[in-house]
Amino acid sequence: MTASPDPLAIAEAWAREGRGVALATVVETWGSAPRPVGSHLVIDRDGAFEGSVSGGCVEGAVVSEAAEVIETGRPRMLEFGVADETAWEVGLSCGGRIRVFVEQVG
Amino acid sequence: MRLDLLAALNAARAERRAAAVVTEMPGGAQRVVTEAAGDPLAGPLAKAFASGRSCMIDAGERSAFINVHLPATRLVILGAVHVGQTLAPIAAALDYDVTVVDPRTAFATAERFSGVSLVADWPDRALPEMRLDRYTAFAALTHDPKIDDPGLIEALRAGCFYVGALGSRKTHAARRERLLAAGLAEAEIDRIKAPIGLAIGAASPAEIAISIMAEITAELRRPVAA
Repeated sequence: MTASPDPLAIAEAWAREGRGVALATVVETWGSAPRPVGSHLVIDRDGAFEGSVSGGCVEGAVVSEAAEVIETGRPRMLEFGVADETAWEVGLSCGGRIRVFVEQVG
Repeated sequence: MRLDLLAALNAARAERRAAAVVTEMPGGAQRVVTEAAGDPLAGPLAKAFASGRSCMIDAGERSAFINVHLPATRLVILGAVHVGQTLAPIAAALDYDVTVVDPRTAFATAERFSGVSLVADWPDRALPEMRLDRYTAFAALTHDPKIDDPGLIEALRAGCFYVGALGSRKTHAARRERLLAAGLAEAEIDRIKAPIGLAIGAASPAEIAISIMAEITAELRRPVAA
């Protein structure tokens, strides 16, 4: 047994509770990226979240985008990297680049 | 992701079955796949199931994301012996779920194996309950045929991806005869790595543990010859 929380089990539980849930998944990485492709972050309508798609660098941005995905039901593709002009706000300090797919659950 | 797909995925994961989620881009149409064969993306899916690596597939203007979920690899060490005391933490550091089985309660103590899941029972009772599978590695280290043999039989029949047994060539020749007499086929017995571990001239228990872990890693990661 592992001690770390299981985002997919949490996503299912939250969705069954009717909380309004989005699932974020790292679908591509370039260069040094803190979490591998396939990593998940689960977010609910109120901004509660579990799991990670980075070392904490971009989770805040993903959580706020997730609110819109839950609202509209439309999936979104997000991209983060140091080349981004907002690097210091929501970039990866490690110098990598990642794409994150955010979709509604349910 | 639709809730029914997520539930199917989680059910497969809970039962230690390999599963993949295919998401078509753009659009986001999804399916859960447990067998590569028969799927339009059979080739890339087979690769993902073998390597455990999730990936984006580019196919012209359409692409698809394959997120593969393999069961966590496990190591079952039969024999709470000196080699096992080093092998257990090395395997844990490599993210294996480690269990040590030994019916001899003097060996299987929490002091000798702190932080490791310990089962003080005979392998023919303990192993069926643990439901060994192809994501499980098995190392028989007791040197005692009464304990090792029934464990090896369980591990081979369960299709463990690695089955190794401590002992010299001579010991293994005698083991082979016993297992044949017990009804195992030559081909099954040939799957046993014995003497256990890569040939690196290991002398100390810790060096033997490293040679075993390297052999397990090779078995897990090296592509299967066609």
